[in-house]
Amino acid sequence: MLLNIKDLHVSINGKEILKGLNLSVNDGEVHAIMGPNGTGKSTLAAAITGRDGYEITSGEIIYKGKNIVDLSPDVRANEGIFLSFQYPVEIPGVTITNFMRTALNAKREHQGLPAIKAGDFLRKMEDKKKLVDIQSKLTNRSVNEGFSGGEKKKNEIFQMAMLEPTLAILDETDSGLDIDALKVVANGVNTLRSDENAFIVITHYQRLLDYIVPDFVHVMYDGRIVKSGGKGLAFELEEKGYDWIKEQLKNR
Amino acid sequence: MKLSKNKLPLELSLHKHYEDNVKGVYNNCHPKVKDARKASMMLLKNIGLPLANNEKWRNTNLGEFYKNSYLIGDEKSVFDKQINEIFSCVVHGFNTNVFALLNGWYYSSEEEQIQTLADGIIVGSINAAQKKYPELISKYFNELVTDDQHGLNAANGAIFTDGIFIYVPDNVESDKAIQLIKMVNRDSSTMINSRNLIILGKNSKLSFLHCDDSINQHHGFLVTNTEIFLDENAKLDLYKLQNLNDNTTIVNSTFANQKQNSELKVNVLTFNGGTIRNEFDIELAGKGAHADVSGIYLMDNKQHVDNQLLIKHLAPNCTSNQMFKGVLDDKASGVFKGSVYVAKDAQQTVAFQKNANILMTSEASIDTMPFLEIYADDVKCSHGATVGQLDSEAMFYLMQRGISKSDARLLLMYAFTSEVTSKIGIEALQTNIDDMIKKRLRGDLSICDKCVLHCSTPDTPIIFDIDMSKI
Repeated sequence: MLLNIKDLHVSINGKEILKGLNLSVNDGEVHAIMGPNGTGKSTLAAAITGRDGYEITSGEIIYKGKNIVDLSPDVRANEGIFLSFQYPVEIPGVTITNFMRTALNAKREHQGLPAIKAGDFLRKMEDKKKLVDIQSKLTNRSVNEGFSGGEKKKNEIFQMAMLEPTLAILDETDSGLDIDALKVVANGVNTLRSDENAFIVITHYQRLLDYIVPDFVHVMYDGRIVKSGGKGLAFELEEKGYDWIKEQLKNR
Repeated sequence: MKLSKNKLPLELSLHKHYEDNVKGVYNNCHPKVKDARKASMMLLKNIGLPLANNEKWRNTNLGEFYKNSYLIGDEKSVFDKQINEIFSCVVHGFNTNVFALLNGWYYSSEEEQIQTLADGIIVGSINAAQKKYPELISKYFNELVTDDQHGLNAANGAIFTDGIFIYVPDNVESDKAIQLIKMVNRDSSTMINSRNLIILGKNSKLSFLHCDDSINQHHGFLVTNTEIFLDENAKLDLYKLQNLNDNTTIVNSTFANQKQNSELKVNVLTFNGGTIRNEFDIELAGKGAHADVSGIYLMDNKQHVDNQLLIKHLAPNCTSNQMFKGVLDDKASGVFKGSVYVAKDAQQTVAFQKNANILMTSEASIDTMPFLEIYADDVKCSHGATVGQLDSEAMFYLMQRGISKSDARLLLMYAFTSEVTSKIGIEALQTNIDDMIKKRLRGDLSICDKCVLHCSTPDTPIIFDIDMSKI
């Protein structure tokens, strides 16, 4: 098992957001996490990636057989955890090229590998850019600075392709994308899917799941996963909304 | 006045130095210079050296330095080595005409104390210029260093040793930058007073790189007054590079007057130094003149930097930008005062000002003060000052990609400065300054291989050395 989250409780500023969440993900699987706003989907992403300010009060995040809750974000990243940000940060003055070279070499150092040669790096950049249809100019620009919403999301998937994570979390990657950009992004993700990695796709809408077809769909509500199913569950949610799940919970 | 009974040691030395020379060398100066020296000495005796009880010096207290005894402007050194034998500054693809001041004196052979370059530009010692171009001295010297000067300006006016004189005739556009290196070679604490005069004629163009580089670990007190005149359509790019030892005190005052449609671009790059104060007093006197004054300061330990800008919009349709950014680490402290004055008739003024700071520790500090004084009614002025830490969102973003905390900090500090370095017009110089910033931020030149900041020329060290053994 690649990821096993057991009874996870997470608080922000003393307020409990995740209230006993359980989730297991195996290599080669795609899990979709859906649910109304404010139920803790992004908090789950932050907890897995180790963001400051998200206090894990109890529970475990077992990744590749180890509890990672005490590891810093960069170590988790170098162990293969990648987050495609809902709101990618603009960093004026740092070029994507410099950023990716630094990130890639950090990972290689973590793995005990020498720094990538300049030529190999540039070839890899070219290769991965094509995957998400990025114009060549983009890579010489500062990270996300002045990018459109679509460009920012493409850039996230480009970075994912460069870093080749084992576990990728896509946090509302579809928000702000038109249908063409959505297809490009989904195509990038599908190309990267393999038996040796896994994806957690956080989304509000079933639309993205037409293109990135999940093996499992989970519904989050009030800090827990309250319902899990196959890809059919996403269609049901699209059609009926979340109220019927809330009803089911009440009646329990 | 109590103070006059209890003069500071430096003040007494300054008085004595003037008295020792007034009947000798000063008497042989150009009449205008002679008068200026006399008037400045009277002013100095009247107002004294600036102390922290002076509002404008409240945050930069030089009082301690006035207690030291300094060697002040002694004998001129013998010229026995070419500059390129002593000094090397490797900036790839950046070709400059290098000139130097050694212990305050213009350093050249007797014949070349003032010379005319191939493109017609006159460069030389301001002392030599008094003899060879008395009419230029009459017209320009001390025309700007008049109102509201402080005691160190006055001291400089009274006892300056020498300095560089540059005259670019009308319609001459120089494609080779002029670089001025200041060298100090003394075995004891030294005070150097330099006086520069830069005149650009109509439609002329020049880049001038002014380097204050550290020499040895002795205490140095360097005071420089620079007057700049830009005639119609003239363009001057001025770069000030300050990379000095922690025992150096610098007070640089630059006064500029700009005529119609002239452009002044200033970049002040402060990488190191003990106590540094840079003052700019710029008059936009002709319609459509533009001044762009920007700077970076990267200070640590107990270093102190103070940038004081005053841009006076005196004519309509002028524009000005002030942009200073700084990173202060350890117990470093900084001051930024950016003033914009808009006269009654200076309609359609556009003035922009920004000062942004990153404090790396709770003991580092910055005092930032925007100051607008506007008498016209059709103006666009904006100012902004920020003091903060590194952006935590950006930190997490970088770390989520596997970059360590310390490397992420380095990258963000570097990125923070790039808004200013991107304004450097000469590409080779920009690359070089960029590399210097990277190396400065790393605080270690020998770890290039593992560094996250990829210098454009990682294998080429930044060479900026003065070989003292050869002086």
